[in-house]
This record gives sequence, structure tokens and C-alpha cells, in this order.
Amino acid sequence: MTKININGKVHTVDVDPNTPLLWVIREQLGLTGTKFGCGIAQCGACTVLMNGEAVRTCVIPVSAITNQKIETIESLEKDGQLSKVQNAWVQNEVPQCGYCQSGMIMATTALLRKKPKPTDADIDEAITNICRCGTFQEVRAAIHSVAKS
Amino acid sequence: MNKILSTPTRREFMGGTAAIGSGLALGIPMLYTTKNAVAAEVSPEIGVWVVIRPDETIVVRIVRSEMGQGTLTGLAQLVAEELECDWSKVTTEYPTPGESLSRKRIWGSYSTGGSRGIRESQEYVRQGGAAARMMLIQAAANAWGVGIDQCTVSKGIITNTATGNKVSFGQIADAAAKLPVPLPAQIKLKDPKDWKLIGKRIARLDTRGKVNGKQIYGIDLKFNDMLVANIKECPVFGGKVKSFDPTQALAIKGVKRVIQVGDTAVAVVAETFWLAKSALEKVNIVWDEGPNAQVSSESIAAILQEGLTAKDAFVGNKAGDMSTALASAAQKTESVYFYPFLNHAPMEPMNATARWTPERCDAWVPTQDGEASLAAVIAAAGIPADRCDVHKINLGGGFGRRGAFQDYTTQAVLIAKQMPGTHIKLIWTREEDMTQGRYHPVMACKLTGTFDANKNLTGIHMRLSGQSILASVRPAVLEQQKGRDPLVFQGVADAGEHAFGYTFPNLLVDHAMRNTHIPPGFWRGVNANQNAVFFECFVDELAETSGMDPVAFRRKYMENYPRNLAVLNAVAESIGWNTKPASGVFRGVAQMKAFGSFVAAACELSVKGNKVKIHRIVAATDPGYAVNPAQIERQVSGSFVYGLSALFQQECTVKSGRIVQTNFDNFGSMRIAQMPKVETIIIEGGGTEWGGIGEPTICVAAPAVLNAIAKATGKRYRTVPLKNHGLTMV
Repeated sequence: MTKININGKVHTVDVDPNTPLLWVIREQLGLTGTKFGCGIAQCGACTVLMNGEAVRTCVIPVSAITNQKIETIESLEKDGQLSKVQNAWVQNEVPQCGYCQSGMIMATTALLRKKPKPTDADIDEAITNICRCGTFQEVRAAIHSVAKS
Repeated sequence: MNKILSTPTRREFMGGTAAIGSGLALGIPMLYTTKNAVAAEVSPEIGVWVVIRPDETIVVRIVRSEMGQGTLTGLAQLVAEELECDWSKVTTEYPTPGESLSRKRIWGSYSTGGSRGIRESQEYVRQGGAAARMMLIQAAANAWGVGIDQCTVSKGIITNTATGNKVSFGQIADAAAKLPVPLPAQIKLKDPKDWKLIGKRIARLDTRGKVNGKQIYGIDLKFNDMLVANIKECPVFGGKVKSFDPTQALAIKGVKRVIQVGDTAVAVVAETFWLAKSALEKVNIVWDEGPNAQVSSESIAAILQEGLTAKDAFVGNKAGDMSTALASAAQKTESVYFYPFLNHAPMEPMNATARWTPERCDAWVPTQDGEASLAAVIAAAGIPADRCDVHKINLGGGFGRRGAFQDYTTQAVLIAKQMPGTHIKLIWTREEDMTQGRYHPVMACKLTGTFDANKNLTGIHMRLSGQSILASVRPAVLEQQKGRDPLVFQGVADAGEHAFGYTFPNLLVDHAMRNTHIPPGFWRGVNANQNAVFFECFVDELAETSGMDPVAFRRKYMENYPRNLAVLNAVAESIGWNTKPASGVFRGVAQMKAFGSFVAAACELSVKGNKVKIHRIVAATDPGYAVNPAQIERQVSGSFVYGLSALFQQECTVKSGRIVQTNFDNFGSMRIAQMPKVETIIIEGGGTEWGGIGEPTICVAAPAVLNAIAKATGKRYRTVPLKNHGLTMV
């Protein structure tokens, strides 16, 4: 039995301790907003926040995150109100297929908490997620629009 | 938002079970016909494209697939334009392919590839919107006892101009649904100058669920009784399962079954994906690797090399007499280019969910072609078509992998068939996705330009040598064409949606078909990709031999192609072609007609050591009509991500008969840091042919950059990706 704190709630899950956090989030907790893309921490589709830091959950064993505070994409919308980052994504019409966007938004959320007004270089360094549709131009515009608001 | 119609209706089929195709652009006949069509049991349907609910919600039927390209919103705009409804009330739904078949394919093709979502359905969906409006007005006129000329309509409200009485679409929908549907001949579509929704930057209908994690993709599906499968196919295409030992896998708690799938694969079914994947790694599979186990990239290259000078080849385009031009040339320029296998690598790995019972089979598929998925389900299920259906789920990217190729759907059904009554969700690993692709065809090309003594170009011979997608996917089409694959000539064809945009005194474009055991597929942009690299780079080489500027040289031969010329001129002007670039900055251009649209790109870049920095890209596209400029801009800038990721970082190589690249660590893809600024110019050339958007621009991305790199470095790179030459994109 492993205890994990996700989106402010403590859950107890009965899985092999080596199971990646990604699959616990998706399969044990049913939170499917966090996506599987590569399984080797390359693409960032599985990004969540761990104590405020963006991490790639496909390579983190669930046993390693006991007592860590995890936030997934599902935690950002509160009472039907999108977060500032999510709103910027809507205003800038960022998503195409949308599959990578949970990860993009979580990585951006972590960046903006640390650097509310990031430079292009900050964005280049912090946002290393893959998007095969190619939404990068809109992602950058959306991040800057949050910084300006 | 997109409710799935769930009521299967009765239908019967005549004809075979194997051949619902994705249609391609070739008008492949559909073998299925239906009889005893039964109307759908759904709330008021006004015509076939529009359902109006009592709360005034306008439901527009969409049968093409939404995979990010925005076609869902664009198609809804087309219907709503003619319907004259309130756009804020518009929502969408996907009728199932089974529903469509039961109604004689009343919604037309489901195929969503070849950039045809909008361009090949625009007329009939606009007619569908207009038909619904005519029925609603007629119903109102009947209710008021007046002629339709006394009724006006705006934003879903019909007004009696004599009395001022008003009725809403929702109020009159039931009466309208009972009226006969006007025939296309009775429908007059709006003049484009009167469009109010088409051509506007209307917000996509499907954004919110993509920012809050709520949109359900195929991989996210849940059913109470569901089990999850992971699969491994023989890594050598053409090989089979010889034997496998399930003992260790079955010992893992939560693992339900280890089963062979067809002749070629083994799957583990378990309570979760992670269990299934972990258990599959413990199944010791012995493969019969078959006849292709010795094939390598080198052996394939040798076959292609032979084709470059082979005597026999299929002709794709011809003018004058190239053999005379070759014989009488005072000077020749000759170059050999190469374009590799590429994987589509959509972000969402292949997956499908199926439930089989002896009576019925349903599948939930992220598919670019619901009808192709249904054909795969029917064939794999062994159940009559009227008791099979496919429920379409939005895609986490498609790029051509999820249309004509339904291997993943077939697998899901074959697994489900071994576990009757249980929903089986099959999910591939990224490694399986990378090594079991349907790859961009491999192609080599030898180009010969001939000149007279005054360095005037007298002719060009373009010899393609490599794979045919149709030979693998649609052999019947090849048979009709006496072995020739017309798609190979995309962008350099003699006519049509991929027509060549130049006139040369002598020209020969031909193809020595050299197929390999690596299955080819329709990779976003398809054959225009390599043809643009080959031809548009070689044009720069010819310009250099002639001592001419690359843009001026192109213009000289493009007089007969004003729309090609217009996009070229637009990017040249915008990038400032006639001005001197900043120190250390170099420019390149390329143009082509692909998927019915005229596209051109110009770029500015600098090269420091082995690092290429692209500063600016200008892309022009003329699709005839621009349904949603905001979405066109996104498709165009995204096309540079797809095209330049391939140019710099991507190739699939072959060793011991199998694909070497396994994941994004050895099949790289661009990140935001490498993203150049892309400016999009949209030209609406009008006319009767509409062009596509999702694919055309990709083909000009690579040659524009390659031409600029040649200027910057003095080196002409004729094989890609550029990582093989040590160049990286920064």
C-alpha cells in the first residue's frame, strides 16, 4: 500500500512500488488528463507538479513520491474557473490535437510561479515538451500574455 | 461536447467485407451498398447534416475526423453559414460509420487525409446547411399560411415580414423535419461575397476540453469491465511468432491472459496497462523472422541506386523530347538526392478499444477514417456488417498513420474476440509505435539539367527511384494504372491538385518503382515532401549554373502558372528578397502546388559552425478559399515544426530487417527553443477547386531552409536529415 497526495487529497493505492506515477494517476486514480507519450521522460506529455516543480511522471516510481505534494491538470480549474494559464491557452487558441497540452500547461504553470515575467530564453529553457502538431508559436504567445495580464 | 450517436440501426449489406477504403483521392469504388436503409432514431433531423433541439441547440453532424487540424470547426462554419443560425448555439456530433452505411453513406466519405476534410466536403455540407434553412423557412411559411418570399431569417429566427411575427428554429424544427429535403439542384448556395461566418477567425469549438484535461482520447476510455492489452508484433516485417512462453507473465498478479494475435503478434491482457506492459516484457517470444531479416538501410540504398539509371520507369510528366535535349547538351548539371523513411509519431500512441460477442462487435477508435476502421472491425470480428460499428474518438494526432492503416483496430478486435464480452483497450508503447509504423516512403532522385552553349536551360530529367505507397496499400489502383503509381509524382505531376508549376522546353519526370519490405504510408504531406526537396533544391542548383538569382530563375519558367507565381512573389516580397539581408544572414525559397493549394516559403537563417539558426519564415498559401484564417495560420506554422523536425532530426533506418529508432531520444522532434518565427500570408485565389491546408506547406519547409543553408555554407546537402551532416537547429 502506498499513500500519495494528489490535488490535495491523500489516496492509498495497492500497486507494485515500481509502477510509474503516471500510470497510478491514470489507472488507479482515473485522472486521464495526464498523458502517456513516450515513457522515457522525453516528450513531457505526462508532466505534473511535485511540490511546485514540473516533473515527468512516466519515469518516477510511485514509491518515490510518498509525502510529496502532486498537482495534475485537473487541479487547475476551480469551480468551473480556468486558471490564468488555461485561460491564456483558450484566448490564444493554443491546442491543435491537444494531447500534449496538459503537459505544456503544467510546465508553464511551474515556470510562471517562479518567474512571472519570463523572457524568451526562460521559456526556451523551461518548456522542453514535444508537440507534434507544432503549437509552439501559440504556446510562446500564450505564456507572454499571462505575464502581461 | 461531441456526443456519440449510440443507437445502432438495422442494416444489411451486399458485397465483400474487405474493401471499404479510405478512398484516397482516386475515386476508388466502394464495394458496399446497402438496402433496407432505416432512418436514424434521433431527435429532429432537418435534412441530414443538422439536428435542432428544442432548446435551440444546433447540432451539426461531422464525419471527417478532428485530429487537431480544426476541420470540426471549419465544417460547422460551412453548414452554419448557409443555415443562418446563431453560431453561439452550434455544437457538433459524430454519426457512426455504421449509421452512415445503414443510410446509404448519406454523409459521404469519412476519410480524413490528403487535406480533404474541408475541400472535398465543402459543397455538400453547405448544401446541407442550406437545405435545412429552406425546410425551416418553408415550415414557418406553412404555419403562417404565407409564401416563403414573405419570410426572412437571421441568427436562427424566422420573421414574417408582413406581420412581424417571429418563430425560432427550435420552435419550428419538428414541422420542418417532416418536409421533403430539397435536392442539390434546388439549392442555390451563397455568393462568397455574402459569407458572414466563412472566412472569419472564429474560435474553435473544441478548445476548452484540451486545456483542462477533460477531453477524452482513445487512450483515456474507461468501461467498468475493461481490461487493458499491450502487444508486440514481430519486429521484422513479414516475420511471424514461432513460439512464446507465458509462464512468467501469468505469474504476475492482475495479468489475465497471454495470447497470440494473428500469426505475427503476442499480447498480454491485464487489469492495467502498466501490468500488461511489464508482463509482456517477461514473455519470451521466439520469432520466425522470415525472408527479410537481412535487409538493411545499405541494402535498400543499393536497390534505389540501381533504379536511378534503370531503363524502365513509369512516366509522370513529360514535355518536348528530353532524350534530344540530353544528346545535344553543351553542359549538364547532375545531382542525386535521398529522402529517408519517417515515422508519423503522433503524441498519442496507437490504441483502440473493442468489445466482441458472438452477436456483435463494437470498437472505439481514434481514427482518421471511421469507415476504414469499420471495415477492419467487420473483417476481424467475423460478424456481419449490420452488427458491427465504430465509435470515433478525437485523436491525439494522426498525420496519416490512423487512416488507411487500421492494424491497431484489427489487433484490438482479435484480442477482444479471444475474451468475449469484455471491453479490451489495446495501447501500444511508444517503442511499438516507432517500430511498427507505416513509414514515409524512401526515395532517391537523380536530376539532370541540360544547357545550351549560352547557359540557357534546355531541359530537366527527374528520375525517382523508390517506394510506392499504393503498391502496398491499394494494389488494385496500381493495376488500373498498369503498374504506375500516380501519387509518386505529387507536386511534379502533369495536371491536377499536385500539378507542376513550371514550363520547361524539355522535361521528363519518371519513376523506377523499387519497393521494400518496410511498409510505406501516407505521412503528412506524402510524396510532395521529397519531391519538393528534390526539385526545389535542384532549381536553385540550375539557377546557379545559369548565373541567375533563384527567384528570378523560377519566375522565368512560371509564367503559365500565375497562382504559383503569386505565392512565390508574396513570400519574396515579404522577406525582402530584393534587399540585402543583415550580415551573416542568408535566404532561401521554395514553391509547389500540393493538395490543391499553392504554397511557397521563404526563410532567413544564419549558420555558425554546425549550428543553424532560422530567424524568420514567411509562408504563403492560396487554398482558393480561407474558411478560418486563424486555423490556417496554425496549420501553416505547425507545418514548419513537422517539416523541420524531419529535415534536421528524423530518419528511420533499417538493420537486420527491423526499424532501429525506438523513441523520441533517437527520433528527435523540435522543441520551442528551435521554433522560428513564422508569418503566414493567405491568398484567396477563388475558383471552383478548393485546396487543402493541413499538409501542403510541409513540402516547402525543408527546401526553403536547404536552399538558404547552401547560400550560407556554400555546401549543398542532398541527403537528409541534416544531423547526419553534423548540423543542428538552434
